[in-house]
Amino acid sequence: MDYLKAFIVGGLICAAVQILMEKTKLLPGRIMVILVCGGALLGAIGLYEPFAEFAGAGATVPLTGFGNVLWKGVKEAVDKEGFLGLFMGGFKASAVGISAALIFGYIASLLCDSKMRK
Amino acid sequence: MEEKKQMVGKQSLLFANPPYIQYSACIAGKKEGEGPLGHMIEEINDDPMFGMNTWEEAESRLQTLTVNRVLKKAKLTPADIRYIFAGDLLGQLIGTTFGLMDFEIPVFGLYGACSTMGESMALAAMCVNAGYAQRVIALASSHFAGAEKQFRFPLEYGNQRPLSATWTVTGCGSLIIGSEKSYVRIAGITTGKVVDYGVKDSMNMGACMAPAAADLIYANFMDLNVNADYYDMIITGDLGSVGQTILIELLKDKGYDISNKHTDCGIMIYNEETQDTHAGGSGCGCSAVVLCSYILKQLEKKRWNRVLFIPTGAMLSTVSFNEGKSVPGIAHGIILESV
Repeated sequence: MDYLKAFIVGGLICAAVQILMEKTKLLPGRIMVILVCGGALLGAIGLYEPFAEFAGAGATVPLTGFGNVLWKGVKEAVDKEGFLGLFMGGFKASAVGISAALIFGYIASLLCDSKMRK
Repeated sequence: MEEKKQMVGKQSLLFANPPYIQYSACIAGKKEGEGPLGHMIEEINDDPMFGMNTWEEAESRLQTLTVNRVLKKAKLTPADIRYIFAGDLLGQLIGTTFGLMDFEIPVFGLYGACSTMGESMALAAMCVNAGYAQRVIALASSHFAGAEKQFRFPLEYGNQRPLSATWTVTGCGSLIIGSEKSYVRIAGITTGKVVDYGVKDSMNMGACMAPAAADLIYANFMDLNVNADYYDMIITGDLGSVGQTILIELLKDKGYDISNKHTDCGIMIYNEETQDTHAGGSGCGCSAVVLCSYILKQLEKKRWNRVLFIPTGAMLSTVSFNEGKSVPGIAHGIILESV
């Protein structure tokens, strides 16, 4: 059941983004920023946490989940460190995701060459 | 002897000594070879890297191979060529710089975006007509992967392409233009102005270029005091299906109907349905390859007697685009006649 929920919710988020890709002139980078900001915003008003509990990976894996993680990190750090936490929390919370993307991206670039699109 | 007036109207020339297209050669990639004109393209190279290590080197190599090919066909050596007029789509023309370096022929490097083949032919023809050279080469190339990297996203990024996007042709066409008689001559040219309708969509080049093509065709008709009947075909470079509709509409507004005379290299080179190329082909190589494979043959066989060939360019720069500027268009008209 968890798998099914994750599959459907994650799929719906991707479908919504596909509509943005095809029906608007937004470039992919902008759409990604919208997702991250949207996730952070939904986190801030307390909606994303219950949503993630319901859908599991279907909500945490898409970029909106990354926005939520950023928000959570900032919130925790502000609670603990005060004002300075504003500048620390986001990076701390997202460190694993960002480092993994960089490291695996680097490894992939060593192992693979770009190929002509068919 | 009476001097023939060569300057016609505001932006056209009719040459007193029309230069001839003596030889042509073209090389294109696998996808172009699978297209509707594939059987007419002289050489299809299945290796998108052309034996090199980067996309940029690949495009340079493509130019080298094409010049070699045209020289071989003409049984000439680089020393027989006075100048090369050439360009590509890469930043600072590195495709041309590294591709033509070893020939040691004086080079004019040209940037006209995808209109470069027209620009190079126009200048080459002016040069030969004026007697500054007996024989020159006009050339233009583009490479799908290099152009995506230069203007849109590198292939590794794997972005989705919108339906209005065109597919940059991997190909190079080169011509030897000279004063000795052959089957096709360049009777005149109409040089285009930069035309800006304020289109800001880098994925919809056809809409950026169609106004420039319309402006050029109108100028050509005015300067020469003719209409669409004067030509057997009017062939634009890479407007694609989206741009073609806009072009025909714009000219109808000015009172000219070219709908039954017009075709577009970008539409001809791929099969839109089976090759998933969306709005058609684009790039300098598009008009260059279609000219060398298809258009010149029709003129040689006298199926057409007079063609207005109009490579079109979208003056896209990632710098100006990111600074919020529009993408202006340009077009260069070449009057080709069979002899």
